[in-house]
Amino acid sequence: MNLTRRKFDALIIGAGGAGLRAALQLSNGDAKVAVVSKVFPTRSHTVAAQGGVNAALANVLPDSWHWHMFDTVKGSDYLGDQDAIEYMCRAASKVVYELDHFGVPFSRLDNGNIYQRAFGGQSQNFGQTQAARTCAAADRTGHAILHSLYQQNLRARTHFFDEYFAVDLLRDEQGFVLGVLAFEILTGEPIVIEAKTTLIATGGAGQLFRTTTNALINTGDGMAMALRAGVPLEDMEFVQFHPTGIAGRGMLITEGARGEGGFLVNADGERFMERYAPRAKDLASRDVVSRSIATEVREGRGCGRNRDHVLLDLRHLGADAIHHRLPGIREASMTFLGIDPIEAPIPVFPTCHYSMGGIPTNCLGQVVAPVKDTPEDPVPGLYAAGEAACVSVHGANRLGGNSLLDILVFGRAAANHILEYLSENRYHRPLDEGAVERAMARLTRWDRKDPGDGTAERIEPLRRELRKVMEDHCSVFRTDEVMREGVEKVRALRERLNHAVIADHSATFNTARVEAMELENLMDCALATIRSALGREESRGAHSRIDFPERDDQHWLKHSLYSLVDDSLDYKPVRTQPNTVASFPPKERVY
Amino acid sequence: MEFSIYRFNPETDTLPKMQRFTLPDDQVEPGMMLLDALLLLKEQDDSLGFRRSCQHGVCGSDGMNINGMNGLACITPLADLEAPVTLRPFPGMPVIRDLIVDMGNFWEQYRRAEPWLINDSPEPEVERKQSPDDREELDGLYECILCGCCSAACPSYWWNPDKFLGPAALLQAARFIQDSRDEATDHRLAQLDDAWKLYRCHTIMNCTQVCPKGLNPSRAIGDIRRTMLKKSL
Repeated sequence: MNLTRRKFDALIIGAGGAGLRAALQLSNGDAKVAVVSKVFPTRSHTVAAQGGVNAALANVLPDSWHWHMFDTVKGSDYLGDQDAIEYMCRAASKVVYELDHFGVPFSRLDNGNIYQRAFGGQSQNFGQTQAARTCAAADRTGHAILHSLYQQNLRARTHFFDEYFAVDLLRDEQGFVLGVLAFEILTGEPIVIEAKTTLIATGGAGQLFRTTTNALINTGDGMAMALRAGVPLEDMEFVQFHPTGIAGRGMLITEGARGEGGFLVNADGERFMERYAPRAKDLASRDVVSRSIATEVREGRGCGRNRDHVLLDLRHLGADAIHHRLPGIREASMTFLGIDPIEAPIPVFPTCHYSMGGIPTNCLGQVVAPVKDTPEDPVPGLYAAGEAACVSVHGANRLGGNSLLDILVFGRAAANHILEYLSENRYHRPLDEGAVERAMARLTRWDRKDPGDGTAERIEPLRRELRKVMEDHCSVFRTDEVMREGVEKVRALRERLNHAVIADHSATFNTARVEAMELENLMDCALATIRSALGREESRGAHSRIDFPERDDQHWLKHSLYSLVDDSLDYKPVRTQPNTVASFPPKERVY
Repeated sequence: MEFSIYRFNPETDTLPKMQRFTLPDDQVEPGMMLLDALLLLKEQDDSLGFRRSCQHGVCGSDGMNINGMNGLACITPLADLEAPVTLRPFPGMPVIRDLIVDMGNFWEQYRRAEPWLINDSPEPEVERKQSPDDREELDGLYECILCGCCSAACPSYWWNPDKFLGPAALLQAARFIQDSRDEATDHRLAQLDDAWKLYRCHTIMNCTQVCPKGLNPSRAIGDIRRTMLKKSL
């Protein structure tokens, strides 16, 4: 096929924190690296992270990486892999200091050290008093980190393909991943980018749900590409609902608002979290707080005319603290609600926020799948990091402040392993032209015109229906019956998408085509999510089954693996053995 | 609600035109932002081109000219806008299609400002110290989201986009000149010290007026000039 072809040592798909951290490591390591992003890098969703990044710097209160590890294991409801969690918590301080050296404008303490705030699920001494572990740049930490990483990449002369949309991975018959077929959004021109290694860093799939903190670009593109390339997705049933999205709209109000001392109240003016989490109260784990809010509303103690939300009260913090520590959420509250949190509480409700699940990887960032003998054989040439990946450090529930940490630690780790892989694999393998043709078919399928017989479906109504189905059938509380119906509805929508057409067939900056292909990706992720959720007959972390209200370690202390190619579910054991310390055995989880 | 939107597709049009769109009243909801309206209009005509992502004013994708003023569609309340809402691409930048402009020159000027921390002293194993007061110098500078509203509102940038860095890039220059951890202040000032890169700013202050994040590039440019002057004395 007569296509533009480019060759690089390393290809990174996605230019958020994970992709850019990896790119920087690779550029500094003298690899020829290309970063493909469907948006300009600073538009990536890392930019929206507010509260901060966890590391046991002990700048404010005593701390240790081991306590951080305990909190993360407990927060994960014991589903997190303890070797990966140890790796991440041990690396945390180093990656945060690196960020300071890259120029991230962290807020500061009087002694000039990085400011740290309290966040949910954090403790000193393995579950005792509250810790202060979240390093913050006011409430714009993600913005500060993403911009600094992009700037350092400019300095390192990383090669960017801005506004290129990745269509599908190119995988040969031996299972090697050899790059990607993409197209330049500006011109519509397809391009084959060959690479000895490909890192997927495309973020999450928060657009699966109607109310979400996530950007419109978070459509699970990398996850869906992996699924189509025959790689299963791990633990997709675990979707985090952030306790404090702006009610009815979904914009994020950082957990840092509670970390700074804010609290939640119901219609009776009661600080209800005291009932659900007597010790940690408003700083219990996110799954716990979200369920508590949803329960308050279900039991009729919601606020507002429709009794459909609770209130987050920050007034007692005072104007000065809000101006200095939470300026961004004050701005958002005033813009979207006309409410100044200095004067009035903010209406909030749980909102889809984060995909704990994703493409299975090991601590080195290598994608692992049951290809040969074990459930965790590396897929040669393929890496994943960040929210698109499932390493799994978050297990069934992610702690606030651990997502920025995850992208930095594992973006960096993946890059280091890629450098090693490149030293052993010096030449490009021949490209599988069949793989190119299959990917091209996915692209050209959208050239199809409306047959005019009334059978053509449209993208936006399908997208809206999907988001509604996921919200109605796979939300905070789940049951077998409701999800079973949901699976059928998602299948029906996927089938209808086969009959969808777009009206715009121009080559230049065709956003309709991009959105159509994003919806295809969302559909694949939706099926993976709801199929995995239906399969798991227990309640653990963010996955709450009304019909199976208890955690069941005997049968379900294992990871789900959903494979799209044969629409099947499989499972693999949790790695409960850390690298150098004793395992934290599952215990009842109280906050 | 009525809209008048700039349309141009280089494949079919020789000249741009303004197209009327109507958002039915039953689709207009209280608290709606302009971007919400645009997403609904795109359902009527999927060829309508604009960039968007985060929907709450932090990613900087959806800058455009709204009733004559540059702004972000996602944080512009529909209720504040006079109908017909007239939407055009950023002035002074080449139009790719509809409301989508080519920001290549904008990014190039950003890069020329060398917007990265330079500190070649031996790296400590911990953070480099910075006092809260020194850190506060960065407030009002680091929050820029690179949406381009300011540079696309600046007549000096319209006239000399290749030579004048423009307010967004200069805000970044100021951010690094101010950073107590950065050691390249002299280099940065020397880089800017010609007739064009900095001094083409004529303090028109459109940049400050339109900044959707409430930043003040005009003041930042003034601060760079003052620092330069002090150095030369």
